[in-house]
Amino acid sequence: MRYFAKKILTLIMTLFLVSAAAFLAFQVIPGDVVTSILGTEATPEREEQLREQLGLSKPPVIRYFSWAADVLRGDLGVSYRYSKNMTEMMPVAELIGDKLPVTLYLAALSLAFILVFSIPLGVIWAKSRSRLLDAFFGVTTQAAMALPSFFLGILVTYVCGIVLHLFAPGGYVSYQKDFWGFLRYLLFPALSVAIPKIAMTARFLRNALLTELSADYVRTAYGKGCTGRRVMYCHVLRNALMPVLTFLGMIIAEIVAGSIVIEQVFGLPGIGRLLVSSVSTRDFPVVEILILYITFVVIFVYFLVDILYRVVDPRISEK
Amino acid sequence: MDTPSVRPGPSAPRARKANLYLAAGLVMTGLAVSLGVLGLFWTPYSTTAMSVPDRFAPPSLAHPFGTDNFGRDIFSRVMQGMGTTVCISVLVVLASAAAGVLLGAFTGYFGGLLDEVVMRFTDAVNGFPSILLALVMISLLGNGRQNLILSLSIVFVPSYVRIVRSEYLRLRDADYICRARLMGVNRLRVLFVHILPNILPVLSVSLLIGLNNAILAESGMSYLGIGIQPPEASLGNMLSDAQGYLQAAPWYALAPGLSIVWLVLGFSLFGEGIRRGGV
Amino acid sequence: MKKKLSSFLLTALLIMAVLGGCADGTGESSGDNSSVEPGGSAVVGIQQDIDSLDPHLATAAGTKEILFNLFEGLVKSDEKGNLIGAVASDYKISEDGLVYTFTLRDNVKFHNGNAVTAEDVKYSLERVSGLLDGTPLIAALSTITSVDILDEKTVQVTVGSANTELIYSFVAAIIPAGSGEEEGAAPVGTGPFSFVSYAPQESIVLKKNPDYWQEGLPYLDEVTFRIVGSAETALLELQGGTIDIYPYLTDSQAQTLRGGSTHQVAVSPSNVVQALFLNNAVAPLDDVKVRQAILYAIDKEAVNTFVGGGTGSLIGSAMLPTLTDYYTDLNGVYGTTANVEKAKELLAEAGYEDGFDLVIDIPSNYEFHMQTGEVIAEQLKEVGINASIHAVEWSTWLEEIYNGRQYTATISGITCDQTPGYLLNRFQTESAKNFINYSNPEYDAIYLQAQSAQDPAKKAEYYKQLQQLLTDDAATAFLQVPGNLTAISSRLAGYRFYPIYVQDMSTVYVTE
Repeated sequence: MRYFAKKILTLIMTLFLVSAAAFLAFQVIPGDVVTSILGTEATPEREEQLREQLGLSKPPVIRYFSWAADVLRGDLGVSYRYSKNMTEMMPVAELIGDKLPVTLYLAALSLAFILVFSIPLGVIWAKSRSRLLDAFFGVTTQAAMALPSFFLGILVTYVCGIVLHLFAPGGYVSYQKDFWGFLRYLLFPALSVAIPKIAMTARFLRNALLTELSADYVRTAYGKGCTGRRVMYCHVLRNALMPVLTFLGMIIAEIVAGSIVIEQVFGLPGIGRLLVSSVSTRDFPVVEILILYITFVVIFVYFLVDILYRVVDPRISEK
Repeated sequence: MDTPSVRPGPSAPRARKANLYLAAGLVMTGLAVSLGVLGLFWTPYSTTAMSVPDRFAPPSLAHPFGTDNFGRDIFSRVMQGMGTTVCISVLVVLASAAAGVLLGAFTGYFGGLLDEVVMRFTDAVNGFPSILLALVMISLLGNGRQNLILSLSIVFVPSYVRIVRSEYLRLRDADYICRARLMGVNRLRVLFVHILPNILPVLSVSLLIGLNNAILAESGMSYLGIGIQPPEASLGNMLSDAQGYLQAAPWYALAPGLSIVWLVLGFSLFGEGIRRGGV
Repeated sequence: MKKKLSSFLLTALLIMAVLGGCADGTGESSGDNSSVEPGGSAVVGIQQDIDSLDPHLATAAGTKEILFNLFEGLVKSDEKGNLIGAVASDYKISEDGLVYTFTLRDNVKFHNGNAVTAEDVKYSLERVSGLLDGTPLIAALSTITSVDILDEKTVQVTVGSANTELIYSFVAAIIPAGSGEEEGAAPVGTGPFSFVSYAPQESIVLKKNPDYWQEGLPYLDEVTFRIVGSAETALLELQGGTIDIYPYLTDSQAQTLRGGSTHQVAVSPSNVVQALFLNNAVAPLDDVKVRQAILYAIDKEAVNTFVGGGTGSLIGSAMLPTLTDYYTDLNGVYGTTANVEKAKELLAEAGYEDGFDLVIDIPSNYEFHMQTGEVIAEQLKEVGINASIHAVEWSTWLEEIYNGRQYTATISGITCDQTPGYLLNRFQTESAKNFINYSNPEYDAIYLQAQSAQDPAKKAEYYKQLQQLLTDDAATAFLQVPGNLTAISSRLAGYRFYPIYVQDMSTVYVTE
């Protein structure tokens, strides 16, 4: 119980620090949101009116705390830039809710790729006695891990899009319109995200498996007459998957971060692209919530992994 | 956080293969780094001179990697770009590791309030995509080489703090340290003369990993347009330019892209070789 | 009696004009009316998200080009850059230039089905001029002092000061009375298309306005303006058929497309003046010799070839070449190619024989300006000026460079409207838009004379003198008016080019 209390306290502290830092950053960066919105032709009266409308005429400290109070009450505010229609600005929650599925599906699809490919690969690799195969796996996974996601994205665009015509690069289909078309389009960005992570996970799993295979209980199991297959799948893989779980937690955090770049490469309208464009247009309410959201997801995933770990291996919580 | 750190795998000694890893890594990094460093001082062609008739020449003997949209030799630009990337990455790793060792040593050894504060900060930074943090920092500081190095260094400090701190935490209760303490050895001496050498093996591997991360981060930021600015060549900004000419000149994207892969692969093979203990 | 208004006629002392634009207004649209099969849809690729659906609040050029299809003013531009009647069928300007009388066209309806009344016009003009709530929305129209309804078809506008170019500002959209604040849910105008939906960062969808006052127009049932992933992917989207029209091709993309048969690529002059803006108040650029040296060092032809594929029109001063009556070709003064010797000589005279360091700030979101910067930095190196590029975000550029004037040199483009004096206006010493800090009393004096000149020929003469002064003082290194490269799917026809930044979809039709 104390553990949970401490974790939650840490989470709150971190979120507060991050939001305050982001707010501070926005006070310091050059670039005024009002001129950024109105451009060079606006009348001074109009600029003043907009500044008033956006609540920018109040002192920064008051603005931060009133913003924080609103967020705590569940009101995420409205975007400075995106209008919902002629009179209302787009609520941040709605804007993010609209873009989030793109990023989430991308992450889910990437994770699916990682699981589907890395586990068999890791097992085959660990079981292989051939030195040639071992070296082959060793080198290809190293090479795959060395691929930066944006270059991989460009390669995938070129090979699958331009040469093989498997998809129309940039021809993003909205998920509201055509869900299957949307998923089909996401396959390629997801592949770009997944390939280095597949290599990483397979490597990690293989190492975990080898460590387990040399453990005493494996020898005991063999001694009791278990088949190799049974030992592998019932005992070793199960135990080896535990550290892999942690590793996957980190991978998820990285996918969220990696999506910022990959959405840029493939022109996906997810939260990564929204974040980059909102930073450059100084759309503070959107940036602040997105940053909080991403921080929350990353910390939460680590937290979940931690709990899973405790559930699977009760020894940890006794410490 | 109690997430176990990712530890290198099996310890079965396989000296011959380790040597192979090391050799391959050394050759690859050696070639890339020497070409890159050379590229900072001399390149076969000017990296900025433009020529209309030479635009988009495919790879040939005269231009092994072809030419770009301004008719500039891509090989020369890749050389310069590699040099820039390697220099920046090395500086970033050195700066962030130095800061990380200092912070990690004090927090790990002494614990207490300082430890709490620093760890909360590293948690906050860690729970935040590094590229995003660098992006915000560049917006704050403005574009430029020094700012790029500074912001990347800050981004990478927490990872070193964590590693170094856990090592100090582990070693501070070791028998020889307790004895040194009892003998009245100066605390700073204990920290940096007695303990530091013992964490060097762990640190050196993480330095190489860090170097790779720095290379990827630098090229990623230059790709997004917030790193090295044209006309100076960097692998990332070349790649981003090349994306516009994928159909007209696919070689333009391949050259800087594969150079990044080459660099990173070289350093990771090198690291793998060291880790497997086969020097 | 139907005739088109040329910009010259506007300045006559008393104008009584009947504006065309109906069935036989401007050629193409009406000529092949019978052979065109209405229906179908088209997707236009755009680069940025729109900033507002309210035509009076929208400021981005990328938004206005779309809203052109939704809204109309009392007058509107045709594809030659002349004004034609829209909501108004004709108008007259009083002798002293202070009273504008507009006669409303019959049968103009809003998208909500209501006919446009004098009340709507009064409301719209009062809203933009600030008479409604004290906040003018369009700077030029803030000079309006009263809007009076003479009868249900006639509206009289009184302005505070005479300005022969004010009529161009009456393209401001007419919206239903009272709609600015409460109507909200969707924009309603009188344009050829009406609003259907808008998804932030994705698209805006319009549908045919069946009640449009121009008989037979528009042809298409639906038009979608979709934000392309990036300039890089636009080409692939064109080839993949996800967009039909894309007006911002790069030169290399255009070349790729010309190779195939799926699209046609059309070149038209844009209304952007691209320049290496020099801060006249900052050393060493405060020395006219240094600025002249820079102008001599620049090879405008090379810039045009490298960055625009040769589609731009080179300029030597602040006037669009398409405004033929006012434009004077000053490319010869410093030449269109580099004159290295002359530049070095001038630098030596100014005391910079060893050159100097020059930072050029460029808004990073404009690939075109960034590439221009690379070319120019290289050219300046030839004369010993060590130029480096400093990429800044657009919002930073606006605040620090445009408004704050904290820079030495910057490359950017100024989007002009049709008003001939638009560009010249900003180089007056006291102008708030004079971000290059140009200051020449002679210039200021001539500009004032030009503004009060009622004789068009006289006015043109003054404008030419102003251009000459800017060039002689090397106020700034004007480079070019880049060409617009537009890709149009071969299944579509009827696309019309404008000398201003609009995407007129009303005349586009499907050929298959």
